[in-house]
This record gives sequence, C-alpha cells and structure tokens, in this order.
Amino acid sequence: MNDEPILSARGLRLSFGAVRALDDVSIDLWPGEVLAIVGESGSGKSTLLRVLAGETRPDAGSVTYGDPQGGTRDVHGMTEAARRRLARTEWGFVHQDPRDGLRMAVSAGGNVGERLMAVGDRHYGNIREEAARWLERVEIPRSRIDDAPRLFSGGMRQRLQIARTLVTRPRLVFMDEPTGGLDVSVQARLLDLIRALVADLGIAVILVTHDIAAARLLAHRMVVMRQGRVVEEGLTDRVLDDPRHPYTQLLVSSVLAA
Amino acid sequence: MSGYNFAYLDEGTKRMIRRALLKAVAVPGFQVPFGSREMPLPYGWGTGGIQVTAAVIGPDDTLKVIDQGADDTTNAVSIRRFFARVAPGLRTTESTAEATVIQTRHRIPETPLREGQVMVYQVPQPEPLFRLEPRRAETRRLHALADYGLMQVKLYEDIARHGRVASSYDHPVMVGDRYLMSPSPIPSFDNPKMHMSPALQLFGAGRERRLYAVPPYTAVRSLDFEDHPFVPLRANGRCTLCGSGESYLDEVVTDDRGGRMFVCSDTDYCGTRQARMKEAAE
Repeated sequence: MNDEPILSARGLRLSFGAVRALDDVSIDLWPGEVLAIVGESGSGKSTLLRVLAGETRPDAGSVTYGDPQGGTRDVHGMTEAARRRLARTEWGFVHQDPRDGLRMAVSAGGNVGERLMAVGDRHYGNIREEAARWLERVEIPRSRIDDAPRLFSGGMRQRLQIARTLVTRPRLVFMDEPTGGLDVSVQARLLDLIRALVADLGIAVILVTHDIAAARLLAHRMVVMRQGRVVEEGLTDRVLDDPRHPYTQLLVSSVLAA
Repeated sequence: MSGYNFAYLDEGTKRMIRRALLKAVAVPGFQVPFGSREMPLPYGWGTGGIQVTAAVIGPDDTLKVIDQGADDTTNAVSIRRFFARVAPGLRTTESTAEATVIQTRHRIPETPLREGQVMVYQVPQPEPLFRLEPRRAETRRLHALADYGLMQVKLYEDIARHGRVASSYDHPVMVGDRYLMSPSPIPSFDNPKMHMSPALQLFGAGRERRLYAVPPYTAVRSLDFEDHPFVPLRANGRCTLCGSGESYLDEVVTDDRGGRMFVCSDTDYCGTRQARMKEAAE
C-alpha cells in the first residue's frame, strides 16, 4: 500500500440555510482501500460524497486527490474541464438509481462503450469487444449487448452501471447506496460481485450506505456520521463489534438479525 | 418594392448580423447567438439563410439560390425573386460558376466552388447534439469542453443496429479539429466538399437564432470509426438526362406502374452537361 492517501479531505463544512450538512469533516482514503460512510438518512453522508467527488462546493475546507504520478490536486480548485476529465478516466461514480448513471435509450454496449469513446477510443470492433467482456464480467450475457437498459431488471441495470463505470479502470470509485432499492437475494449477488471486482482491480472505493451488513461485507474501514459530523471511525470489524460512541452502539444494535 | 432598405433588412440589423458572422468566422464551427428577425417567410423556409444573405450581399453581387440542388423549386424561386425585388442592382443567376453568393438548402453544388464565393446554408437545427442531450446549457458546456463522446455513442448505436452509420444526411462533422458541427441537412455525399473548400461557408438558423461559419481552407472531418470509415452515400446509377455517374441523384417516380428514373439533383450541373452533349452532337 502507498504512503500517500488517494483522497484526503480536511475541515469540510457545508450548510444549507440553518442545517449543517457537513460540520468539520476530515477523511483520508488510501489506494485500494474500501471506506464505508454509514449513518441514518439526513446525516450528511450523500452530501459528503458529492463534495468529495467535486460535484458540490463546500463552504470551507479542502479535498485533495493524489494522482498516479505522485502529485496532489485540489479537487475544488481545478477547472471544470480537468475535473470532468478526471471523472471519466481515473474516477467513477455509481448512483443509487441506475437511471441516473445510465443512458436508458442507448444499448448496453453503447452504455459501456461511452467512457471508452469519451477518452478517445475510435475503433468500433475494439469498443464492442471490450464492452462484451465487461458485460460477461458483471454476469450479463453477451447476447444482451444490443438491448437497451430499460429492458433489464433492476439488478441487471445496477450491474450494467458498474460495468460502465469500471470499463476505463478507474483508481477511485464513489458509490452511493449501490444496493439500495434491490431485493435481498439480488443485493447479495451484487455485493459479491462488487467485492470480487474491487479486490481484482485494486480500486479505492468510497461507499455510502445505511446498510450495516453491506458495509461489513465490503469495507475495510468505516466512518459513522451523524448530523453532519464524524462521530466514530476505525476498522470495520472494530467499529461494528466494539462500538464506542453511543450513536454507533445504537446503530449496531438496531440491525435486525435474520 | 420601394420603402424598404437595400436587401430588406435595415442597416442596424445587418450590422448586428455581420458582427455575429465575424465572430463565427473567427471561431470556426462555434454557434454564435444573434437577434434573429421576423422575415416575410415562415420558419423552416430559410429565415436564417435569408438574413445571412441579406447581411452579406451588395449591389455588385450575383445571387444563386438552390433548394435540394434545384434552381426552379418553390423555395429557391421565391427567395431569388424576393432579393431581386428588395436589392436593386443585384444580379441573379442559376449558374454556380457565375454566382458570388449561393444560398442553399440541402445541397452543395456539384461544380467545385472557388475563392471569393460565399455559401449560405439554411439550417433548421444548429445543435448536432440536439437529439442526444436535451439541455441547452449542458450542450454548450460539452462544446466548451470539447466533450464529444456522446456523439460517438450515437454512431456506435447506428452501427450496432444497422451495420453502418445510418445518417444519410446531416452527418456531424468536426471543424478545425475543435468544434462539433451540424453541416445542415445536406446529404453525407456533400460532406467531403466542405473540407478545405476555397469558398466561405456561412450557416444561419433563424428560428434557433444561431449563426456559424467555416472559413475558406478549414479542415472539416466527418465523424466515424477507424474500422467503419465514413462513406458518402450515393444512389447506384447514372443520371437519365445527362448520364453523369458522379453527381448526387434524385429518384423520380415517372408513372404508377413502377417506372422510375434517376436524375441529377443539381439542375445547373445537369443542364450544363446536357447543353455540352448537344453541342458535341451537332
């Protein structure tokens, strides 16, 4: 593992009127690490993800990205062109609702190929072959390559979104409740898939979820948020098995055992 | 028509359009907004083109107007007659070689253009990303960042579905390796004529209030894939009237028993060739 964090946030603050969505949040993420951000609805975890990904500007604080050449870049200080280039090459974003991350009228192959074409790939045969390989990798049959995602089930759409995001082999992926809205058995398969891909490719992931079980399965480290503050952070097993903050204790004890 | 300024528009309006045109020429392929005026013809009939023509034309110019390649269709005849009435001294012609300003809808003449000529295109939809990204603010941003992966996705979809790029007209082009541009609804057959053309090419979209331009000798490249190169489409046949095997052809139904023939869509080109054939025969 590298010495330098791939993403580092310091003193993030953001208020929506009187509501403090982020209150002095600092986070570090190392290459290849999966970090879960957990907390209840309204705790500011999705806002934090948007700020880290550079989509929302914080009132105060900074986010720095450590690029592969060893330099550091200020996520909110770079030009939009540079940020977009980063977002389609070294970064990826998996949305909770696949409709936000996919083009519903474009075929599965086109969806996966879009990022390749956006970075300048102009060979149809190669793009199609790469798309087909990725579809198989996320357990979508090759024969569905020309079907539009609106003909896919919820679980397939989510897997397609993951293929589309990972096709350019990003170093850092932001995931916003990737298993939300899916039924339990589909969730389990998807979690398995994400775990395998992330381990295979060595991607760093920031995973926002309210599903403690998903966090335990995927994450190395965990951050617990409440009312815009980080109340506890540590290794996943430590946080879940030996929660120290009263809110984390409440959160862990609220999980229903099947 | 007395009581109108030369070429119908008042001088202030022409000046505004010329300023927009100068900007368009300075940034090839970039869509420049302009204050489009009401013109005495309906939207979709060439209100953008007619305003550009009015702004650039002078009494010593020779105007040619074509519609689908023909000089004698309603749109072409009425626009030509309009300028003959509102621009005293202006000569009109049907000959591509004689014209200094050519206003066109859907075609580029077969006769090669030369330096000093101005092509004015009528454009219904200036935004090439229009069917792919409905938000105008977003398409402007994509142009600003030269982020054209989306257009390539459309071509990918065409090949995946039809085995080839399906746009036989209005095939998107890159101008000067920077801006993605709609060439207006000309057939893809005409796209290569835009590349390094010695003539100045101006585009006017009246309803959408946009102007853009391709200055002389500018690179205009049709989008394609390395393994599916751009191929200009042409009907496989010869003109029945002049025998040309190179020109763009229209298919004309001649009777109700399945009779058809191909004729050149460019009437001036076809007529000139027929006259030459007659001379040679005599």
